[in-house]
Amino acid sequence: MNLTTNSYYLDVLKEVGNIGAGNALTALSQIINKKVDMEVPVIEVIETEKIVNTVETAEMLIVGVYVKFWGDISGNIMLVLDKPSSDHLIKILLGEVSDGDFYSEMELSAIQEIGNILSSSYINSISKLSNLNIQMSVPSVSIDMAGSILSVPAIEYSEVSDRIILIENKILEGENEIVGNLYFMPDIDSFKLLFSNLGVPIDE
Amino acid sequence: MNNGYIKVGMADYKIGTGDDVLVTLGLGSCVGIVLYDKFKRIAGMAHIMLPSSKEIKNNANKAKFADTALDEMLFEIVKMGALKGRIVAKIAGGAQMFSIATKGLTLNIGQRNVDAVKEKLSELRIPIIAEDTLGNYGRTIEFNCSNGELKIKSVGKGTKVI
Repeated sequence: MNLTTNSYYLDVLKEVGNIGAGNALTALSQIINKKVDMEVPVIEVIETEKIVNTVETAEMLIVGVYVKFWGDISGNIMLVLDKPSSDHLIKILLGEVSDGDFYSEMELSAIQEIGNILSSSYINSISKLSNLNIQMSVPSVSIDMAGSILSVPAIEYSEVSDRIILIENKILEGENEIVGNLYFMPDIDSFKLLFSNLGVPIDE
Repeated sequence: MNNGYIKVGMADYKIGTGDDVLVTLGLGSCVGIVLYDKFKRIAGMAHIMLPSSKEIKNNANKAKFADTALDEMLFEIVKMGALKGRIVAKIAGGAQMFSIATKGLTLNIGQRNVDAVKEKLSELRIPIIAEDTLGNYGRTIEFNCSNGELKIKSVGKGTKVI
């Protein structure tokens, strides 16, 4: 099974991204009571150490919410927001947001909850679609340089593969005040089961 | 004269001399290692991702692992004229960016990376003269080859020099 050369597999992954992120964004849109759009998902197969190239600069301040999932298939989901977008999201939820680089406990748990809702609706829809049992961790939040945050999934993947498959969705709130990325990163070993449960024929 | 800024990416290493400044941006759980001969003003900076090439199947990129990256970088700076017995090390990074516990297993790769770097340096008999490791925050590091200073910048924590 060669994911990188078979465009049929990539189309299936795009559809997985569409369904997962579509459900996640519907949930987000309901909480913040604003229209949230997404672009067509991008499937990237990149060397693990190149993951930082998916953001503007490695030093850019971002808010990352990281969730691990496991069960029949395993992997990670990460929500990445630039700091102004995250500030804006908190303002919508809590009415105000503190100045400076870091958040209060209350603000952190608001962002954590957003990550929780997005990832659980994503995972739930994939689980239903594929009839696979998937459980997920409590989300963990970090506000730091993009390089240091994105190195976390890069390192985890490096232990099993020299490439990472990113199913990336860009999210845009109607007035363009919230812009972010949602990365769905199943482990390399999970793709076979995911495909076979989705009824996709696998060439060995 | 402007310093030559030399950027070191993830899973990479670069050599600098004279007035060069070696930079790596946003170290998280990765570890940045500087090997330096201050008389010759020759330095190498590595940005490693994983502790050991021996535990991994896909180990073609030697700069990715603490053990192989240090072997290669040491070989190169010695080839350029650095004196083995004079080389010292400064290290930074190895943070735990997220605290996630799954099925009772917390895998702190930052700590493992730092341990592996220290073990390898001790095997190579290179002393660590300064370090800023672990914690839960990212670091940008800049090494000035002319004076041997390692500048460390972190979000909300300002800059320090080790």
